[in-house]
Amino acid sequence: MLAFTIRRLFEALVVMLTVALLAFVLFRYVGDPVSQMVGQDTSLEDRTRLRLELGLDDPVYIQFARFVGNAVRFDFGISYQVKQPVTRLIAERMPATIELALAAALFAVALGIPMGVYTGIHRDSWLSKLFLTVSLIGISLPTFLIGILLIYIFAVWLNVLPSFGRGDTIPIGFWRTGLLTASGLKALVLPAITLGLFQMTLVTRLVRSEMLEVLRTDYIKFARARGLPERAINFGHALRNTLVPVITVIGLQLGSIIAFAIITETVFQWPGMGLMFIQAVQHADIPVMAAYLLLVAFLFVLINFIVDLIYVRIDPRIRILRRGA
Amino acid sequence: MSTRRAFALAFLLVSGLATGLASNAVLGPATKTPKTVKFALQGGLNSLDPYTLNESVTLGLLANVMEGLIRRNENMQIIPGLAERWDVLSPTHWRFHLRKGVTFHDGSPFTADDVVFSANRARGPGSQLKTRIPADARVEKVDDHTVDFVLASPNPILHYEWETWFIVSKAWSEANGATKAQPATANALSPFALKANGTGPFAVVSHEPGVKTVFRPNPRWWGKTKHNIDEVVFQTVHSDSTRVAALLSGELDLIDPVPLQDIARIKEGAKTTVLSAPELRTLFLNMDSMHEELKYANVKGRNPFKDARVRRAFYQAIDIEAITTKVMRGMATPAALIISPLLFSGADKLQRWPYDVAAAKRLMVEAGYAEGFELVMDCPNDRYVNDEQICQAVAAMLRRIDVKVALNLLPKAQYFEKVSPPRYDSSFNLLGWTPGSLDSWSVLANLVVCRDAHGRGGTFNFGGYCNPRVDELARKILVEPDMAKRNAMIGEAFGLLHADAGVIPLHQPALAWGVSRNLQVTQRADGHIRFQWMQKL
Repeated sequence: MLAFTIRRLFEALVVMLTVALLAFVLFRYVGDPVSQMVGQDTSLEDRTRLRLELGLDDPVYIQFARFVGNAVRFDFGISYQVKQPVTRLIAERMPATIELALAAALFAVALGIPMGVYTGIHRDSWLSKLFLTVSLIGISLPTFLIGILLIYIFAVWLNVLPSFGRGDTIPIGFWRTGLLTASGLKALVLPAITLGLFQMTLVTRLVRSEMLEVLRTDYIKFARARGLPERAINFGHALRNTLVPVITVIGLQLGSIIAFAIITETVFQWPGMGLMFIQAVQHADIPVMAAYLLLVAFLFVLINFIVDLIYVRIDPRIRILRRGA
Repeated sequence: MSTRRAFALAFLLVSGLATGLASNAVLGPATKTPKTVKFALQGGLNSLDPYTLNESVTLGLLANVMEGLIRRNENMQIIPGLAERWDVLSPTHWRFHLRKGVTFHDGSPFTADDVVFSANRARGPGSQLKTRIPADARVEKVDDHTVDFVLASPNPILHYEWETWFIVSKAWSEANGATKAQPATANALSPFALKANGTGPFAVVSHEPGVKTVFRPNPRWWGKTKHNIDEVVFQTVHSDSTRVAALLSGELDLIDPVPLQDIARIKEGAKTTVLSAPELRTLFLNMDSMHEELKYANVKGRNPFKDARVRRAFYQAIDIEAITTKVMRGMATPAALIISPLLFSGADKLQRWPYDVAAAKRLMVEAGYAEGFELVMDCPNDRYVNDEQICQAVAAMLRRIDVKVALNLLPKAQYFEKVSPPRYDSSFNLLGWTPGSLDSWSVLANLVVCRDAHGRGGTFNFGGYCNPRVDELARKILVEPDMAKRNAMIGEAFGLLHADAGVIPLHQPALAWGVSRNLQVTQRADGHIRFQWMQKL
């Protein structure tokens, strides 16, 4: 187990270094940060001096080495655009993203699993067809369109939910939460649905196909033969056996909704990391982009690691295999 | 398992209900409802340090909190600010008499020491406002309420940009370790970057960068309060459609900018309308008339843009009415000069070269380009209102004189890296310019006078247009104290640029604010949003 963990950590390090290196190569093509930082009539000498001070004239490998050297000490520099330390900026923005991602995941699971089970059991009912049509919409409509649609229905037309922002937030230590105020909860609804819709669809379809698979197996037939009630069969035996792949997928998807909430955050002006990243790209704010990409890489490595560990715990076959090896 | 889940669900429901009830209880028996104005811009208030960014959103918002020695009124005219009056003792010696009894938000008094300190801080390391005060000017305290500016050479527009050279408190800056502007490369945060202490009519109550800033009136402000606002909330809403939706739903009272395609809808709204007026920015096209051969054209061995006839042919081939009415949907005014007519009194003496394809074609034939040529045009796609569509229209129009334009559309960060100094890597491009000083000299000095390949001279003269007579005039304009003579020389310089068709002016875009009908607000041409000119019904 220890060897496994150490090997995984080493691999994580390699992945992150590679991501950082690729990012630095790409940064040569994002444009000139200096012209985004200064006023239009700043003299050429001042621009050149600034470029020199920021070390933008150094060769890429020197910039990269400097970045890695600082990153090891958790120093990601100062944002060119908002002149704040990047670590502080990310710490301020992360709670918003994580709350949104968890809400979206909760929405996806709370609706996706029952819908999946229902459509798996009652394959031909009209409600199943309705669920599947809805899930088709969730898969095929682009996120920004869903977001704008929801804004127009619920904010402009019905005037019941806010169209943007996070509402009022309350600090708990370093964490600013929007979950404890009425306006914060209201503000969470539309972005969470927008972000979670695709995931919900995914969960519905996954659960449905797993259910169809499991319901055909022998032990379900035996359970029926024993005269167990339908409820016990469907939920106690069938659903439980579908959950292993579902949990895996949800875990992996959680990573991607944290990392790629960018569109939802932009549409709803949700003050999370995705919005910060997109603004950094527009202003060629290299320190923010670098730190964000590294964080996302770390997140994926971490989630994969956890999923691997869970596998070992859940599935005895993997444990036995590894012991044998 | 299931009981635990049920319990968790119940807990969530109850807690949600409880917070809902609690908030209702707080809102319940309303006394006098405070008048709050909520507004959103596309950009953010990126720094509260007034010298860190020379950018109009930041400075325009800070102008509610901080003040300079002068102010400008609703029509952009200079009026006294923190200086009650000033005398020009000699062309190089200005005396400013400071307003008495003014205090900063923290209670400290405003004196001559603050002005001297601010002058040094604005010219010091890390400042992006160095051009506000000549580097070689001496700023001297005469007494507590008198300050002298002794200049190395005459400068009739010394104070033009001082509305946004905000005076900061010396005592407060020293107490907060903010004696220098936050430099771009620092790895520690200047206390000024997150706090603000000014003398202005409003004070910053809270500031979350990129998210939300709350302002409240300063009860001790020295001026006469014209607004009836209790609180102003500023937010950034980057996405166009979300900003419009939030205005339509009544969550916001003011948004800037309104996308052109949404103007009609907002005007039709029962609760909303659009305020518009010409902006101070002018858009124009630069043609590389400097290099011996165009880098991005199929003409080899010579540069067609060196011939004024070709430049004028381009000029006359562009149907500016079509651009302003169709592409800009009427939200633009055709321009004959590269400065807004609001900023130069002699602007009405110059008219655009008329749109005339036949004349343009004749000019091309005379210049020896009867067959036309191929050319690449660089164009930003996220910098100016409908910039991409403007360039597409220009490209289509130039086809009529057989010039085949290939568009190279770029996001602004990459666009400016390519076309700006020191690369100047472009043959034909679109640029917009707002003269920071609100005066013609900076336009001439930055955009029109000759430059060399390294950008010495007219640094932002992307096309490299060069007329020695214009250079001579620019030098004289800089030091001419007589305004009538000065204006005549400015007129002559712009006339020469026009005659040579050195650049092709397009238009001044219009400001477009979406405003709730229960908010009255004055819109100034520079787009600054001033809370003291707001009335909420």
